[in-house]
Amino acid sequence: MHETAFQIFINALLANNFVLAMFLGLCPFLGVSGKLDTAFPMGVATTFVMLVASLCAYGLNMLLGYLHLEFLRLISYIVIIASSVQLVEMVLKKYSPTLFRALGIYLPLITTNCAVLGVALFQTAREYDFVQSVTFSVGGGAGFTLALVLMASVRERLQLSNIPDLAQGTALSLMLAGILSLSFMGFAGLGG
Amino acid sequence: MNTATTWDDFMEGIWRQNPVFVMVLGMCPTLAVTVSAVNSISMGLATLFVLVCSCGLVSLLRKLVPKEVRIAVYIVIIATFVTAVDYAIQAISLALYDALGAFIQLIVVNCIILGRAEAHAAKNPPLSAMVNAAGMGIGFVIGLLALGVVREILGAGTLFGVSLFGAEFQPWVIMVLPPGGFFVLGGWLLLFSWHARRKQRKQSAKLGEVTQNA
Repeated sequence: MHETAFQIFINALLANNFVLAMFLGLCPFLGVSGKLDTAFPMGVATTFVMLVASLCAYGLNMLLGYLHLEFLRLISYIVIIASSVQLVEMVLKKYSPTLFRALGIYLPLITTNCAVLGVALFQTAREYDFVQSVTFSVGGGAGFTLALVLMASVRERLQLSNIPDLAQGTALSLMLAGILSLSFMGFAGLGG
Repeated sequence: MNTATTWDDFMEGIWRQNPVFVMVLGMCPTLAVTVSAVNSISMGLATLFVLVCSCGLVSLLRKLVPKEVRIAVYIVIIATFVTAVDYAIQAISLALYDALGAFIQLIVVNCIILGRAEAHAAKNPPLSAMVNAAGMGIGFVIGLLALGVVREILGAGTLFGVSLFGAEFQPWVIMVLPPGGFFVLGGWLLLFSWHARRKQRKQSAKLGEVTQNA
């Protein structure tokens, strides 16, 4: 089964959206989606970390395969992700202090985002080559950003409407996510 | 350490601080694997094992690990146990391994485990840390089971693979698809907040009576 890069991109972006169809990265999805201003930068930062992590994981997997150390895969992936988050943090701090301050605490939290580890694990499991891995991580990141922005917009609107007291908070967010996920099911089969 | 605090440590995770329903942590595996009761139990037990072992080890090492690198050390400890569980499940049942997929390896980034290591195990002796972790883990299993049972009954008409309603049952397929996970968890949270609300109202009514009588 050989997928073209475009199919992988569309699949990761819409049909198999990381958040709404594969349940990856739900913690930031529920936590950061309160305001549109923080949701978008968070999505972009996560996409960037995903791309870096995916590149590193690709190289690392070749190295581990060469040395026959596959059982160390999980441990080395998580260390790689933690250090690439650190790297992104340092680069941002040096070249764009404004963005660095805007993202604040969310930046280090990307380490424990399962979407990032998910990208590295899935591209290994599906044996993607270099180009496929890159498009997969960019598509996944874009899908994550899309879901985050959609959710944040809906939640901003809902602050003005009349909601039963009982459903306030997490229960409401989950119901919303369910409806969004339902509409994303309409994309099923798009990526072929 | 007396038995009362040990019992408290244990029960904290099961009811008052239930990771799924009260703290809403570890959502990714909670929603992704709970399409059937069997999957839920195995995922819960795998997490329980990793949680207890890594909290015990973190607690043993708590005086040796420098503060600056503690998170990295915790994550490496957790990843080690997850790798062990991953290979164990693969050896026990390949069908189960395929059903749970990448979510066994994703236990590493489950916030419940890192949260327990940081909040409890890093400050308490091994026994207390492991008892607390076991309570949290069992609370997590209960939460997963609550979701898995509802989703399997509604979405497939079965429970632990046994057919409940006979052949003419029309399964409510949406419940085993991704949106169903969000809806069922939302429903449980609604139920819990309704329960808390009612308890509060009863208490305030009782308080009102007392003040009236006085």
